[in-house]
Amino acid sequence: MTDLIKLTVSEALKGLKSRQFSAVELTKAYIKQMEEGRKYNAYVVETTEQALEQAKLSDEHYTNGTNRALEGIPLGVKDLFCTKGIQTTACSHILDNFVPQYESTVTQNLLNNGSVFLGKLNMDEFAMGSSTETSYYKPAVNPYSKDKLLVPGGSSGGSAAAVCANMCAAATGTDTGGSIRQPASFCGITGIKPTYGRCSRWGIIAYASSLDQAGPMTKDVRDAAIMLKCMAGYDPKDSTSANIEVPDFEKVLGQDIKGLKIGIPKEYRSDGLNKEVASYWDKAAEMFKLRGAEIVEISLPHTKYALPTYYIIAPAETSSNLARYDGIRYGLRINGEKADDLYINTRTKGFGAEVKRRIMIGTYVLSAGYYDAYYIKAQKVRRLIKQDFEKAFEKCDLILTPTSPFSAFEIGDKSMNENPINMYLNDVFTVSVNLAGLPALSLPIGLDSKGLPLGMQLIGRAFDEETIFKAGYALEEDVAFKRK
Amino acid sequence: MAIDNEMVKQVAFLARLKVEDDKIEETKDEFNKILNWIEQLKEVDTSDIMPLVSVNDSSIPMREDTITDGNVKEAVLKNAPMQEFGYFAVPKVVE
Amino acid sequence: MTYTIKTEKNEWEIVCGLEIHCQIISKSKIFSGASTEFGDDANVNVSFIDAGMPGMLPVLNKECVKQAVKTGLGLNAQINKHSVFSRKNYFYPDQPNGYQITQYEYPIVGKGAVKIDLSDGTSKEIGITRIHIEQDAAKSIHDLNPKKSYIDFNRAGVGLMEIVTEPDFRSPEEAGAFLRKLRSIVRYLGTCDGNMDEGSMRCDASISVRLKGEQKMRERAEVKNVNSVKFAMQAIENEAKRQVEIYEQGGTIEQQTRQFDQTTGQTKFLRLKEYADDYRYFPEPDLPPLYLTDEYIENIKKEMVELPDAKKDRFIKDYALTAYDADILTESRQTADFFEQAAKGHDGKKVANWILGDLFANLNANKLTLEQSPITPEMIGELVDLIAKNVISGKIAKDVFVYMWENPKMPSQIVEEKGLKQVTDTGAIEAVIDSVLAQNPDNVAAYKAGKVNLFGFFVGQVMKASKGAANPQMVNEILKKKLG
Ligand SMILES: [Mg+2]
Ligand SMILES: [Zn+2]
Repeated sequence: MTDLIKLTVSEALKGLKSRQFSAVELTKAYIKQMEEGRKYNAYVVETTEQALEQAKLSDEHYTNGTNRALEGIPLGVKDLFCTKGIQTTACSHILDNFVPQYESTVTQNLLNNGSVFLGKLNMDEFAMGSSTETSYYKPAVNPYSKDKLLVPGGSSGGSAAAVCANMCAAATGTDTGGSIRQPASFCGITGIKPTYGRCSRWGIIAYASSLDQAGPMTKDVRDAAIMLKCMAGYDPKDSTSANIEVPDFEKVLGQDIKGLKIGIPKEYRSDGLNKEVASYWDKAAEMFKLRGAEIVEISLPHTKYALPTYYIIAPAETSSNLARYDGIRYGLRINGEKADDLYINTRTKGFGAEVKRRIMIGTYVLSAGYYDAYYIKAQKVRRLIKQDFEKAFEKCDLILTPTSPFSAFEIGDKSMNENPINMYLNDVFTVSVNLAGLPALSLPIGLDSKGLPLGMQLIGRAFDEETIFKAGYALEEDVAFKRK
Repeated sequence: MAIDNEMVKQVAFLARLKVEDDKIEETKDEFNKILNWIEQLKEVDTSDIMPLVSVNDSSIPMREDTITDGNVKEAVLKNAPMQEFGYFAVPKVVE
Repeated sequence: MTYTIKTEKNEWEIVCGLEIHCQIISKSKIFSGASTEFGDDANVNVSFIDAGMPGMLPVLNKECVKQAVKTGLGLNAQINKHSVFSRKNYFYPDQPNGYQITQYEYPIVGKGAVKIDLSDGTSKEIGITRIHIEQDAAKSIHDLNPKKSYIDFNRAGVGLMEIVTEPDFRSPEEAGAFLRKLRSIVRYLGTCDGNMDEGSMRCDASISVRLKGEQKMRERAEVKNVNSVKFAMQAIENEAKRQVEIYEQGGTIEQQTRQFDQTTGQTKFLRLKEYADDYRYFPEPDLPPLYLTDEYIENIKKEMVELPDAKKDRFIKDYALTAYDADILTESRQTADFFEQAAKGHDGKKVANWILGDLFANLNANKLTLEQSPITPEMIGELVDLIAKNVISGKIAKDVFVYMWENPKMPSQIVEEKGLKQVTDTGAIEAVIDSVLAQNPDNVAAYKAGKVNLFGFFVGQVMKASKGAANPQMVNEILKKKLG
């Protein structure tokens, strides 16, 4: 039998349908790999018994011919998704022992499609970070690590590590400023942040509501298309969910990209840009050109302001979203004499340093006297950033950029940890996409001189994930990146 | 708009967080570093620009007025660190 | 009528505005599908949304919007076609999310005006600043444990309309008249049940004083949660007097929040307005803006019921009622409807007398509401008719009313059964008169000699002999003729 864990979702589905192997066999193979991969600290909760139960049911579905789109596919779930009856903590101390009594819409969609859940994946606390180092359960480890332990990126670092090390067939992630794409880039996998509103946010622990989006993290582009189709859809329980039909993304894979206009934003190519990143970027553009796509230079003049804008809006929303963690209804509780003592004790102990930093920044920028100077200003710049993209998309159909300015760094990296702004710069190429609510995919383009993966980002028009998938699939074919 | 130690304490209290006395100076410096960086935004001319609240400018969807939820007392209380008589318990609140 | 507080030195004027929280009548909560029912077991009518569970999102209830628009129209106010939900951030155990979803810069209803009638016969317009919709907080129970408070989230998330007035009140009486008027309007509209003692209508008063003739406003105190019209009037009076006293002693007033003490009728200090009152409002990122169309507003206008002011004018015109009677009859929609049903095809003024007189007296004496009345509007209408048609006398009608009250039947049936029909046969009445005159020859002689006040004696005797059934007017006429 082939190495089951190395199969992509689409390959595994074929094997299951043709009864080459059973869902239980597939799940067992992944469970074994999870055991071997514990050093990566990708899972914070393993639900292997439940997974085997689910796999057994999936086999019955195959027997009955009632198999669904993801029947028997073993998945990992980022710990930001509430999973009914399974501990969900957002990798924060403050949600100690929290067991949701409800299932997030996205994970419910995946369950309804017959998938099997292997467990909950490590992440930065409340999705705040770019390395999973802020996780209460210690950082996840990049499977590309050799002598020194490298970060898998973040915040969906556990998801990226698990997919990379074949500890699940695919995983869910969430992306607020780059949290799917940057770890995908660091771990040599594929990830897409869909258009804001494409996936329901119901049941996903909120970080920054106007920016958060769930998306798949997969071994290849086809899997991303299959997974997103299953995760997405209008949800009346999320008032920001888009009532727009979800296309069959897989259909466009392999379609000709001749004549497609691919924009290269000049502002992304600063003098300081990493040479290897720059040359891979050129190479990707060249590949598109060879397929008959047209490369056009575009301008996104407010690019430079995207990160500062993000670091006003996201903390502002988070300061409010995280106010509910007060020790009263769930999670950690450190008692105090008065209600305020209970709050202060619980929150001071329960939140990690980065989360507290963002809560405080957010509290400050919303407070009386500073609101206009910071929050309103940021919202105005956010509009300019969105308008930049609208103008750019008059000239092109898709935008090609690197995903991250560099490859994976060491766990405990001094410059990243000494100055939070250095860590924030991880998202310099990804964050404006969230501010504009657009879809963007990251796929591996190759390894750098250190042998570490680098990713390319394809940004599309709102609700035009199809063009992204079409072009991404073509690029993937040309790159022929060798997965782990 | 540099902030001082007093402001650090005020903001921490508003957020119901405690910054230990010996950490206030450090927190303030870090805060100011981030705020300085954020203040690049001042360079941008936004005089005629409307703030962008949400990327989808559709109108709010509305539900019918029917009872579709609730009656899950046990599940609501399931994760409570302290509950008594079916209530969530907190230190005495005096108004 | 000018109301001032006179001291030895000065004459002071009250400046007061009200904020009234009205619980919206709806089946389910404003942002969740849980029931708004009261009196159930603690934490039963609570969804995961109402309990502020991680990942939960609000979805707006249509009915709450409609109710607010109706109320706005009822207060002659501007309906805003664009409004925005905001978060008001503060920590309190009864606030599960650490913020309240409310409206701030863009409320659903803008400026309006309400006419109030005062005891001296004058009337005055009170300006409405705005109405916004928001969610109610949970209920804290303090008396079960000396060291703990207990939280019941049944009320959390019930829809509220916060009605804010201009600082137009210059006397406690004006505030009282406004609250009664407002209560009557929301009850007419069916948008709030208006029960202040049960907390479904709660009033905060913002009170300051100034020297008569002074233009500027002085510092004000906000008195929270006054739960009856009487208490609101008391709170305003006593708080104003307290402030005057302080000023007269050379003191100053600081902006502060105070509480009304029901036992003393005084207000007491709660807290100063301070930094902790920085609510960091910002637009709710989980809810897009609310847009209403002209068509939507027009349709609600068409459904509007006649309000007390219009009804009162019409009663005065159509039924020739006095302003005073019309006012009482229109205070509640039930009374007005009862009256109109009774008055249909009958003498409205007489019907009003019966309702305001005998009926209300009996209801009061038996502590019954109008809905519990054994006497129907049709009975009153017929009773008035029987008198008008000389079937019974006014005096007999009183007896019929008593029978009806005890044993509800149509008055005609009672008259029939009890043989109370008035005798209008001239011959029969003449016969009785003849016999009375024959039995009292002395009095007849005395009358004829000039003692004319004996006439009443004869009428009495005739009525007595006919057991009250003789038509009194005919008795008068025939007697006069016979006595010459
Ligand atoms: Mg208010
Ligand atoms: Zn309010």
